[in-house]
Amino acid sequence: MNARPWLLLLSVFAIATCGLVYELIAGTLASYLLGDSVTQFSTIIGVYLFAMGVGSYLSRFVTGNLVGTFIRVEFLIALLGGCSASILFLIFGWTISFRIPLYSIVFLIGCFVGLEIPLLLRILEGRFAFKDLVSNVFSFDYIGALLASLLFPLVLVPHLGLVRSAFLFGLINAAVGMLALVMLRNEIPRLRSHWVTGLSVAAILIAGFIHGSEITRWGEYAAFPDPVIYADSTPYQRLVLTKKNDELRLYLNSNLQFSSKDEYRYHESLVHPGLSRLPEAKRVLILGGGDGLAAREVLRYPRVESITLVDLDPAMTELFSSNAMLRLQNADALKSPRVKVENADAFAWLAVERDPFDFVIIDFPDPSNFSLGKLYSTTFYQRLLKVMAPKAALVVQSTSPFVARQSFWCVDATLRACGLQTEPYHALVPSFGEWGFILASRQPLSGPAILPEGLRFVNEEVLAQLPRFPPDMSRIETEVNRLNNQALVHYFEEDWAR
Amino acid sequence: MNRRRFLQASAAAPALWTGSCTRQQVIPGQIVGASASIGHRLRDLRALPKPSRFLKADVIIAGGGIAGLAAAHQLQKTGVQNFVVLDLESAAGGNSISGRNAVSAYPWGAHYVPLPGRDCHEILAFFEEIGLIQGHDAAGRPIYDELALCHEAHERLFIHGQWESGLQPRTGLKPSEKEEFEAFDAVIQSFQERRAFTLPLDRSSRDPAWLELDRLTMSAWMAQQGWTSIPLRWYVDYCCRDDFGGSIDQVSAWAGIHYFASRSGEAANATRGTVLTWPEGNGYLVNQLVKSLQSRLLPGHVILHMQQEKNTVQTDAMDVSTGEVIRFESRAAVCAMPRFIAQRLIPGLPTFALSYAPWVVTNLTLDELPPSPGVLPAWDSVIYRGPALGYINATHQGLNAVPQATVITHYDVLSDRPPQQARQWMQSQSHADWCQRVFAHLQPAHPDLPDHVQQVDVWLWGHGMIRPDPGFIWGTDRAQMLQQRPPMFFAHSDMSGMSLFEEAYTRGVWVADEVRTWLG
Ligand SMILES: Cc1cc2nc3c(=O)[nH]c(=O)nc-3n(C[C@H](O)[C@H](O)[C@H](O)COP(=O)(O)OP(=O)(O)OC[C@H]3O[C@@H](n4cnc5c(N)ncnc54)[C@H](O)[C@@H]3O)c2cc1C
Repeated sequence: MNARPWLLLLSVFAIATCGLVYELIAGTLASYLLGDSVTQFSTIIGVYLFAMGVGSYLSRFVTGNLVGTFIRVEFLIALLGGCSASILFLIFGWTISFRIPLYSIVFLIGCFVGLEIPLLLRILEGRFAFKDLVSNVFSFDYIGALLASLLFPLVLVPHLGLVRSAFLFGLINAAVGMLALVMLRNEIPRLRSHWVTGLSVAAILIAGFIHGSEITRWGEYAAFPDPVIYADSTPYQRLVLTKKNDELRLYLNSNLQFSSKDEYRYHESLVHPGLSRLPEAKRVLILGGGDGLAAREVLRYPRVESITLVDLDPAMTELFSSNAMLRLQNADALKSPRVKVENADAFAWLAVERDPFDFVIIDFPDPSNFSLGKLYSTTFYQRLLKVMAPKAALVVQSTSPFVARQSFWCVDATLRACGLQTEPYHALVPSFGEWGFILASRQPLSGPAILPEGLRFVNEEVLAQLPRFPPDMSRIETEVNRLNNQALVHYFEEDWAR
Repeated sequence: MNRRRFLQASAAAPALWTGSCTRQQVIPGQIVGASASIGHRLRDLRALPKPSRFLKADVIIAGGGIAGLAAAHQLQKTGVQNFVVLDLESAAGGNSISGRNAVSAYPWGAHYVPLPGRDCHEILAFFEEIGLIQGHDAAGRPIYDELALCHEAHERLFIHGQWESGLQPRTGLKPSEKEEFEAFDAVIQSFQERRAFTLPLDRSSRDPAWLELDRLTMSAWMAQQGWTSIPLRWYVDYCCRDDFGGSIDQVSAWAGIHYFASRSGEAANATRGTVLTWPEGNGYLVNQLVKSLQSRLLPGHVILHMQQEKNTVQTDAMDVSTGEVIRFESRAAVCAMPRFIAQRLIPGLPTFALSYAPWVVTNLTLDELPPSPGVLPAWDSVIYRGPALGYINATHQGLNAVPQATVITHYDVLSDRPPQQARQWMQSQSHADWCQRVFAHLQPAHPDLPDHVQQVDVWLWGHGMIRPDPGFIWGTDRAQMLQQRPPMFFAHSDMSGMSLFEEAYTRGVWVADEVRTWLG
């Protein structure tokens, strides 16, 4: 028998492998980005198989120029399948409804893959006996599927990653197309234009394969408006610093932590309304705030003898005490002899007996999950009270009273449920919006505010305005946040879903 | 999830549906368990070994489960100091025993107590004593220690390929199925309002109309109500298996309804239906009870024989480590062992054929809770229509801010075959068999579970808990079991027909008061 038909059968095998790999890539990527792998995999498989059916059906409308169409389809699959992972990664940061491009791409690839086999069957018709042909084509198809399902988890994902695997298999599709170009050159009109298409597709894919890891990184950073200058995954969080002109921004798990443009508004508001009215405060505790910016504000008070800063993530405090640009931001606060940094989980840290503090600043991330919600619970504040001197006060960053009104007042209700007097207030921080804080103490704070030198935002006038809430942010009744109801996390989800 | 972990996880995902699961490696861990071998040795003893040491006490408490420990605690409170608690295991606690490894403490059996209802005076008092109840609000509702109230999220159910919160199925219910749930909830609420079913159960209404329900199976009663939908039957069956170790075809309707209708507990700082739990489960309560006993608790002592002689009780116990037999002479004794054991050790005690459900409890140490995208992990995770009862997470009550290694406790009651047969089958299974079984139960929800497992330990409870078969709770056998035989007294949850902390503890307190009176 002539060797050529066998080569074509081999391409069935290659095609089948590629087809399944694209499907696996889409499923895995969707599980990664959207979660719930069972749903993602089943819907992707469903859409893909259905699309293959559509493709097979459409194949009947291809009448003339079978080989030419087959080769064009091959190059299309190569391009689409090869780029699928990178396209999906890149658009994830930008689109609101990721599912639309996801299923469209899966559907298109499925359609083209569905076209392939009927076309190939028809090309091979006459070169084999019909019963051999069907048997051969399907055997190779299924063997290819097996190979893909083994290669994918064992070799491709661990060694190449999704983006580069896709490019690699795109290249295989392109190679199949070019093989057909070589072998069936006599049956194809306009050979040249096919070669041009094929080679340019291959060039794109090779470029993609080489730069695969950069594309992944881009995709990740597409979510950030400014150029990323530093990124690190710690066991606790993902730190990303961006910089544009003079503006530095820190993101923790993609949430903006501060912008150097207006962070002074946030940190002055966090620290001074409380501390300026505690003339005897000598010992200050900061929970969270590993960026040292709150510490910088506290250091403005010569009477403060010691600041204990408890932050979970050593990578964070390390970064902010070593990087020159960041040390400029926090005025080298973390290196001050008055500041002691401890890397510990705040809840556990509070379980140990401590000398009492006069002022406590709580600057935790927003209560977006149950682990964080615990740090805003009655139990947490009760523990905290044990390390607070009788006349001490605490202040909590309490999310936005405008966007997350229920959440803000829930923190207030929780503090009051612990027997504290509260003074809620808010300030405008342009990069965040209206931001809220709650000052709390056993007895109402009396004394006049004596502000330190050099503030850019807080002065006496501003201090008088901060506690005034317009009607759209004013107090509403909420539940108390407890470990056993996590009311705050539920409010927070509701508030930000609006 | 970071990139490395994502790659690992995504590598496992395709294996799920290509069926190419290739992990064939030995998982560390062992089969531990209520010293069945000691029990069997006892059963096979021909002649009782002779005692070589003789000791005296006012009271001997035979068995250091919750009932025995509660009796000891209460005796102490009423001024009786000269007593000894004997238990065959190396630690007290019985079915509420717990374990601990480098990652966490974890339960081996009982793992929670619902908020005690208003009829649980003894338990409310105990909780106040140990600081679990810290005060009361204006309405008189107890304020609980919030570290012990089950943290949010409490329960979740894996149904139709996804997790949802709560145990009552909701996803994909037909309107008629929803209506059945509503009807069921309404009937239960009316039972609750009538306060006919209480804990401890002997304080329940004796109205014959209710006691009648003890003659039917739960399944038959549900059929009478016209409730036949699969989701509701699954839910009620799940609850019965979880609490009684028996299916709705095995337990009585009175018991089944009691489960739902008796939980009337309230709290100032928690909603109804909240439970109290700790990393070590009810092992926490055991530790509170054991604290003050010191040398009066003798673990590792198996009781061989108990007998009344004139107005004393003679108790022979063997030190498991040395083989030495000690005879204790006491003015009174509390038998706090399971009834099926007491029947063998105490001559003349009426014997009953009791059903006990065999349980298998598996503690899996994991490098982290298997990620389940889209939902937050809960304390209790259950798989809809799964063969076992799901698992609880020992570190759920922890306060750590970051995901961490954990221990999950998987519960499996062998209610699908006759108990005797199930017990034999249990003994024939290897550690690898149990690992495979637990993976098979959990993998539908956590395909990548084996990648997270570091250790698997298994506890076999051959006679895990008494099962409230129809006619038992309000029948004549139990009535006879309740009769005390001074100077020999009895306290064990078997006497309730329901294996619950509330029953065991209250029986312990009651019996201590009777012993106190008897001693004069
Ligand atoms: C898997 C499982 C899960 C459970 N979960 C819960 C739950 O979540 N909540 C709940 O309320 N209840 C639960 N229970 C029920 C539990 O049985 C009760 O809560 C309670 O622990 C029963 O206490 P007890 O004192 O009545 O009995 P046991 O615990 O049976 O105590 C009897 C004691 O006698 C000892 N003993 C037996 N024979 C001898 C002998 N010959 N010599 C010396 N000592 C002997 C035993 O070692 C044991 O310590 C569970 C039970 C099981 C098996």
